[in-house]
Amino acid sequence: MSGDLGLWSVLIAVVGGAIRVSTPFLFVSLGETITERSGRINLGLEGTLVFGAMSAYATAVLTGSPWAGVAVAGLAGGAFGLLHGFVCRLPRVNDVAVGIALMLFGTGLAFFFGKAFIQPSAPPLPAIPFGFWSDVPQIQAALRVNVLFLVGAALAVFLWWAFRNTKAGLIVRVVGDSADAARAMGYDVDRVRLFATAAGGVLAGIGGAYLSLYYPGSWNEGISSGQGLMAVALVIFARWNPLACFAAALLFGGAGALGPALQSVGVTQGYYLYYAAPYVLTLALLIATSSPDRALAGAPGELSLSK
Amino acid sequence: MADHSLSRRHLLGGAAALALTPLSRARAAGTLTAGFIYVGPKDDYGYNQAHALAAKALKGMPGLEVTEEERVPETNAVEKTMESMINLDGATLLLPTSFGHYSPYMVAEAKKNPKIQFRHCGGLWTDKDPKNAGSYFGYIAQGQYLNGIAAGHATKSKKLGFVAAKPIPQVLNNINAFLLGAQSVDPSITCQVIFTGEWSLAVKEAEATNALIDGGADVVTCHVDSPKVTVETAARRGAFVCGYHVDQSPLAPQKYLTGAEWNWLPIYKGFVEAMQAGKVPENFVRGGLADGYVKMSPYGPGVSDAARKNADAVKAEMMKGGYQIIKGPLKDNAGKEILAAGKGYPEKAAELESTNYLVAGVKGSV
Repeated sequence: MSGDLGLWSVLIAVVGGAIRVSTPFLFVSLGETITERSGRINLGLEGTLVFGAMSAYATAVLTGSPWAGVAVAGLAGGAFGLLHGFVCRLPRVNDVAVGIALMLFGTGLAFFFGKAFIQPSAPPLPAIPFGFWSDVPQIQAALRVNVLFLVGAALAVFLWWAFRNTKAGLIVRVVGDSADAARAMGYDVDRVRLFATAAGGVLAGIGGAYLSLYYPGSWNEGISSGQGLMAVALVIFARWNPLACFAAALLFGGAGALGPALQSVGVTQGYYLYYAAPYVLTLALLIATSSPDRALAGAPGELSLSK
Repeated sequence: MADHSLSRRHLLGGAAALALTPLSRARAAGTLTAGFIYVGPKDDYGYNQAHALAAKALKGMPGLEVTEEERVPETNAVEKTMESMINLDGATLLLPTSFGHYSPYMVAEAKKNPKIQFRHCGGLWTDKDPKNAGSYFGYIAQGQYLNGIAAGHATKSKKLGFVAAKPIPQVLNNINAFLLGAQSVDPSITCQVIFTGEWSLAVKEAEATNALIDGGADVVTCHVDSPKVTVETAARRGAFVCGYHVDQSPLAPQKYLTGAEWNWLPIYKGFVEAMQAGKVPENFVRGGLADGYVKMSPYGPGVSDAARKNADAVKAEMMKGGYQIIKGPLKDNAGKEILAAGKGYPEKAAELESTNYLVAGVKGSV
């Protein structure tokens, strides 16, 4: 039986938290990686995440099927991405400004349609109990892994491979690094970016479905608390590398679990400081990996951020 | 509509009618407009919903108009909301409901508009504040004490959990009352508290609930704006829950023990009736179970007969008024004495509004 695990329970909680909390970070940051690799920034993914959470929850309540909710969230996210991509192909439109507008639009629309769905309970997504080998309930709880987390992990590896080894990956990278070169090769830059932004939207929508249908598994207006924005920043932190996105998402998830876990074992002073841990960590890592000699390594050349 | 042409005269006429409407409404004889201001969405399954339910019930009263605004942050945005309610809706009774709406925002507006009545939920009004301002609150710690009794009977691990937002007096009173209620059943029971730092942070509340249950707690309650996440997460992990703000039993029918709920309607009704009779509503309103400002959710299936009897007996005592939850001898969780034997704070004691300690047996720090 459990007994007193002491500080071990903090480690278990951080591992469990990393698995539980990281999935929305992972999906949004992978989506944003695709978009930014094509040379555009979509800051609106926070709005897409919240709208995905709402539409998934509403669909699951109405149909009784959480997977239908995931599908609808992905479609809704894709529609937001298409809208962003479409507006940005108009001349002299700034993608950052459009993203901020879409962020407010997405959250506002989600709050508007979500009113009726705060009260009802939706069926949650299933989880796989990888902790079956242990008879410690804390470990069993920490290792209950949702399918979407595994999908996200596989997707990270796939995208990392695809950017290097497939034609589609090469086209996205060329468009992102030099629009002129892409045009000279005969590719329609705007269309590639449109599809890349839409793909990013689909992933962010699915991340939202995870929030409302698995963890914390409920719809209310405070559900995301800025996770979509943090995930966009995480892409820069991960240097546009899908594998690093996965690691960074785990890091942020685990760091978020640190505060509550420390309080539960009796480290009760200064919890506000522990809650700031993910951000302090980010700052420290960015400073440690920065260089005065070169620009951000791995940054797509067409990004308005690095131009 | 027969005539679809939009002439300038039509437009001007319409604009004039629009501009006149609020004035004429405000001047309608005998009609009182009350403005409710919420910090969050009014259907949050929690704090704001409890207020909005009372406002909704008020709407049937004759001679009363209710205007509401939700998601008003605790910044000078609330001053703008109050001014627009006064100037555009003709409101003469304003009811900002969130802790941070009070000072300096509502106090400033009260000084600026001496003919308008302001009543705030949770603030500490004193004689030095404007006479057209005031505050009201309910001693819901009594409900948390009864929650604690139900929890004390239900717990097997003798560990309880509490997800708290911020260490302010009302929250600390609830934590203390929850544990003292449980300790009245078994003095060996302890309670772990985790502060999330904000009134509404879904992911952090879920993490806190998980951490409490990982730490061995088998009954969990909370004081955050929307308890939905805590109730659902705890029930999924197989722990019992006690509700807060409103009845959350539909979220966890098997695991919901009971809950401490607000009933703001009698307070609001009192204010409106006083205003309609031409009197100044009370400046300082406090009360608990005995006054009907606080009520309990029905018992869930996890509450044993012994627990029901115990809780009902204590509730009957509380209904008489003057029940002392905080009474000596009592020490805080650092070993310092709070009250000597023979002393105690009844529910309306002013000392309870400045609580800054956690009682012995609570694991956590302010």
